[in-house]
Amino acid sequence: MTNIERHTYDVVVIGAGGAGLRAAIEARLAGKKTAIISKSLFGKAHTVMAEGGAAAAMGNVNSKDNANVHFCDTMRGGKFLNNFRMAELHAQESPARIWELETYGALFDRTKDGKISQRNFGGHEYPRLAHVGDRTGLELIRTLQQKIVSLQQEDNEEFGDYEARLRVFDECTITEVFLDGGKVSGCFGYIRESGEFVVFEAPAIVLATGGVGKSYKVTSNSWEYTGDGHALALRAGATLINMEFLQFHPTGMVWPPSVKGILVTESVRGDGGVLRNSEDKRFMFDYVPDVFRQQYAETEEEADRWYDDQENNRRPPELLPRDEVARAINAEIKAGRGTASGGVYLDVSTRMPAEVIKRKLPSMYHQFKELADVDITKQPMEVGPTCHYIMGGVEVDPDTTAACVPGLFAAGEVSGGMHGSNRLGGNSLSDLLVFGKRAGEYASAHASATKRVTVADSAVAAAAETALAPLERGESCENPYRLQQELQQVMGDLVGLIRTRTELEGSLTRLAGLKERIAKVGVTGGRRYNPGWHLALDLRNMLVVSEATARAALEREESRGGHTRDDFPAMRPEWRCINLVCTLADQSIGLTRKPVPAMRPELLRLFKRAELTKYLTEEELAEFDAIAGQGSEN
Amino acid sequence: MGTDRHFRVWRGNEAGGELKDYQVEVNEGEVALDVLHRIQATEEPDLAVRWNCKAGKCGSCSCEINGKPRLACMTRMSTFEETETVTVTPIRTFPIVRDLVTDVSFNYAKALAMPAFKPPGELAPGEYRMQQVDIERSQEFRKCIECFLCQTICHVIRDHEENKEAFSGPRLFIRAAELDMHPLDARSDREEFAQAAQGLGLCNITKCCTEVCPEHIKITDNAIIAMKERVVDERFDPLVRLGRKIFRRDRRQPASTK
Ligand SMILES: Cc1cc2nc3c(=O)[nH]c(=O)nc-3n(C[C@H](O)[C@H](O)[C@H](O)COP(=O)(O)OP(=O)(O)OC[C@H]3O[C@@H](n4cnc5c(N)ncnc54)[C@H](O)[C@@H]3O)c2cc1C
Ligand code: SF4
Ligand code: SF4
Ligand code: FES
Repeated sequence: MTNIERHTYDVVVIGAGGAGLRAAIEARLAGKKTAIISKSLFGKAHTVMAEGGAAAAMGNVNSKDNANVHFCDTMRGGKFLNNFRMAELHAQESPARIWELETYGALFDRTKDGKISQRNFGGHEYPRLAHVGDRTGLELIRTLQQKIVSLQQEDNEEFGDYEARLRVFDECTITEVFLDGGKVSGCFGYIRESGEFVVFEAPAIVLATGGVGKSYKVTSNSWEYTGDGHALALRAGATLINMEFLQFHPTGMVWPPSVKGILVTESVRGDGGVLRNSEDKRFMFDYVPDVFRQQYAETEEEADRWYDDQENNRRPPELLPRDEVARAINAEIKAGRGTASGGVYLDVSTRMPAEVIKRKLPSMYHQFKELADVDITKQPMEVGPTCHYIMGGVEVDPDTTAACVPGLFAAGEVSGGMHGSNRLGGNSLSDLLVFGKRAGEYASAHASATKRVTVADSAVAAAAETALAPLERGESCENPYRLQQELQQVMGDLVGLIRTRTELEGSLTRLAGLKERIAKVGVTGGRRYNPGWHLALDLRNMLVVSEATARAALEREESRGGHTRDDFPAMRPEWRCINLVCTLADQSIGLTRKPVPAMRPELLRLFKRAELTKYLTEEELAEFDAIAGQGSEN
Repeated sequence: MGTDRHFRVWRGNEAGGELKDYQVEVNEGEVALDVLHRIQATEEPDLAVRWNCKAGKCGSCSCEINGKPRLACMTRMSTFEETETVTVTPIRTFPIVRDLVTDVSFNYAKALAMPAFKPPGELAPGEYRMQQVDIERSQEFRKCIECFLCQTICHVIRDHEENKEAFSGPRLFIRAAELDMHPLDARSDREEFAQAAQGLGLCNITKCCTEVCPEHIKITDNAIIAMKERVVDERFDPLVRLGRKIFRRDRRQPASTK
C-alpha cells in the first residue's frame, strides 16, 4: 500500500472534455487547487469530435433570436420533459459563454459584419449554432486547453510552478469515489501508463465523464464512453434520471462495415442536404408529426425556398428533431425502401456546387473520400441511425449542478435533465460551457465551506483489490472483449431505437446473465498500459448503466423523444409529469417515480395554448388557463 | 469474404522488444486500426494502442506503418497489396511506453512554454469583430488535431535527441504563426519568440512535416517560411517593426502562394 501516490486538491474534475475543462478553469479562477483527470491524452476527449456547432441565441444572423426563443425550442425538442430551469439558464447564459471563448483565442467563422456566424440546425427556429466549418468541437476543446495552459503560465510566474494550482492527470482512469460520513472525500484510480494506483483527497468532485454509447455496437462514440461517471455516481449513492432516453442520431455512416456508426454531421442537412430512399423519394415529408405540422414545409418547393427566405417559408422536414428523423429512416429501411447496405441516401451533391460543399463541410468530404471512397460532391452518402448521446444522467440541482451526495457535482453529458427526452443538435456544446462553469463555481464554494477531508486506508485497499481482481483471475476466466461484444449485442438488439415489452424483459434477463460473467472477467498481461485490463474494469460500469436504461425503458409505457415503444406508440401527457429516478442497491437498479418540476407561469406563457394541448394533461391545462386569465387568446 | 493478411506489430517496452507476426483476417473497407483491434480481441488482449474517434479527428492513433508515420484509423487496408506484409511500429521520435504507445509529453511541455493568446484589453467579450478573410490562415493552423506526426517525421529531433531541448517542432511553429496572424492577439513578438525560444532557425525547410500532416496544413509554406521571412525583414528594417500592427493584414498573405 505504501507505493500508492496520494494527492490533495480542493476540487477534482473527472473528465477533460468541454464540461470538465470549463469547470476546472472556473475552479482555478476561484483560487482553488484543481486537478483535471482524463482517460485519454489531454485534448482527445469526445468533445473534440463534435462537428456542427454550439447553440447560443446571439442573434447575429437573425436578430429576432433571443433566449426565450431558444428556451422554447429546447423544451419542444425535449418534448417538455426537460428540467425547465436548466433549459432556461442554458438559453440565457450560452451567448456569454461563447463570447468568453473568443477572449481565450477561439476563432469562429464570421458573418459579413465580422461577428460570429451562426448556422441552422434541426429544431432551432433561427440560425443559432456558432461553428468553425464542421470541426467546432476541436475549436472548443483546443481553446479551453489553451486557456488552461495560459492559467498555468500565470501560476508559473507567481509560484515558479506551472502546476501550482492546476494540474492535468491524463491517461488516468478513476474507478471509485470515496465518501466520508456521507460526503465526498476523494477518489481512486489507476495510471494507464504504469498501472500504478493513485488517490485524490478532495472535498469536491465534478463528474464530467461524458456518455455511455460504447454499450452499443453501432455508435458514434469512442472507447471512453463506458458510462463511468454515471456508475461512479450511482455507487456513491447519487441518483440518475431519464436513463431511458438515448439519442440515436439519424445519420451515421453505414458503409463500409468497419466504420458503421461514425457520425455524419447534421450540418449536412442544415446546409441543404436532403434524404431520399431507394425509390428516389424525398420521404421526410411523410413523417412530420402533428405537434410539428405548423412549423414545417409541406412541399419540396417551399422547403427549398426556405434556405434563402426564412421569413416567408417553413423549414424542410429534414430539419425535424433527431428522434423524428431517426425513426423515419428506420421505418423506410424496414419497409424495404433502404439501400443495399441498410441505409438511406443523404445527398448534397445535387444541391450545392462542389466548392461550396468542400468549404462548408470539409471534414465530411474528407471522411467519405478517405473511409468510403465516396465523393460527396458527386454522389449521395449512405446513412442510418447510430447511438449518439444519452439525455439521461446524474440528477442535479439546476443552479448549482450538485448531485444529492454533498460534494458531488456533475456537468455535461453525464448530467441529466437539461435535454429532457431528446437533445437538440448544438445544445450539448453550449450545455458543457454553461453548466461546466457553474459546476466549477459551486464545487469551489463547497470546497471553501468544507473542512479537510481524509480517505481511510481501508477504503483505498478495497478499491485496489477490486481493480486488481481481473488480473489475478487471469486468462482462464471470461474474456473482456467477448463480454463487451455480447453486451453490445443485447443493447443493440433489445434496447435500441424501437423497443417493446418482451424485448426489454429479455434484455434484463440477458443482462443478469452477463452480470455474473462480468464478475468473473479475467485478463492476461501486466499492469502497464494493458487495454484488456482497462476494458475489464469498464465493463461493470457499462453493465450497470445498461441496466438502468433497460429498466427505465421497460417502465415508461409511452413513446417520447429518445424512447420509442412499439407497444405504446403515442406520447402520453400523464407520463410527461414523471421522471424515473434510478438508484443502486445490492448491485441492482431500483426505480422510483418523481414529478418533473413544473414550469414557472411566465415561462409557460411563452407557448401558445394550442401547442401546450399536445403535451399537457387536462389538469395542467386548466391551471394554465387560470394563470393566463379568463378569455386569454394565447 | 475476408482475406488473410500478414501483419508485423512491434511489441515491447522501453527496455526493448521485437516485431511479432500475425496472420489476420481483413474485410472490405477496413483500416489498419480495425486489424489491430482484431488482434487485440482475438489473440493479444493486452496489445497497447491509442485511439478515440476512429475518423481522423482526434489524432490519438499515430504510429508508423511500413515506416511511414500515419494515423492507423485512416490507413485503408485496400492501399496495400493482399500479399504485402504490413508492419506497424510506434512513432520513433518519442520514448516508448508499451507496444504502439509512446510518451508524447514532449509536445505538451513545449506547448506549455508557448506564450498564450493575449486578449486585446480594450474589447469586452462579445465586441470582437473580425473579417473571415483575416482569420482564414489562423483557422488553417487551428485544424491541427495534435497527432504529432509532423513532430515525429522532423529530422531535427527524429535523428537528434540533443535538439529536443532547443527545438519545439512544426506543431508549435504553426501555433506561433496562428497567434501571430490572429487579428486581435495583443502580443507582437511571436516571430522573435519562435526564432529565439522555439528553435525556428534549426528548421531547414525539408517540408517533410507538410507531407505527413493528415489535416493537409501547409506547415512549411504558410507558417514556417512566412515566419522566417518576417524575422529576417524585421531584423534589418526597424520601420517594419514599427508598422507591424498597422500592416498586419498585408502580412497575413501567404509568403508563397503554393
Ligand atoms: C461525433 C460527434 C459529434 C457531435 N457533434 C456535436 C455538435 O455538433 N454539437 C453539440 O452540441 N454536440 C455534439 N456532440 C455531442 C457532444 O460532443 C458531447 O455530448 C460532448 O462533447 C460531451 O462533452 P463532455 O464534456 O460531457 O464529455 P467528453 O468530452 O466526452 O469528455 C469526457 C471526459 O471524461 C473522461 N473520463 C471518462 N471516464 C473517466 C474516468 N473513469 N476517469 C477519468 N476520466 C474519465 C474522458 O477521458 C474525457 O476526458 C457530438 C458527439 C459526437 C460523438
Ligand atoms: S520543414 Fe522544418 S519543421 Fe518541417 S520537417 Fe523539415 S526541418 Fe522539420
Ligand atoms: S500540424 Fe498536422 S501533422 Fe502536425 S500535429 Fe497538427 S495535424 Fe498532426
Ligand atoms: S482514432 Fe482519432 S485520429 Fe485515429
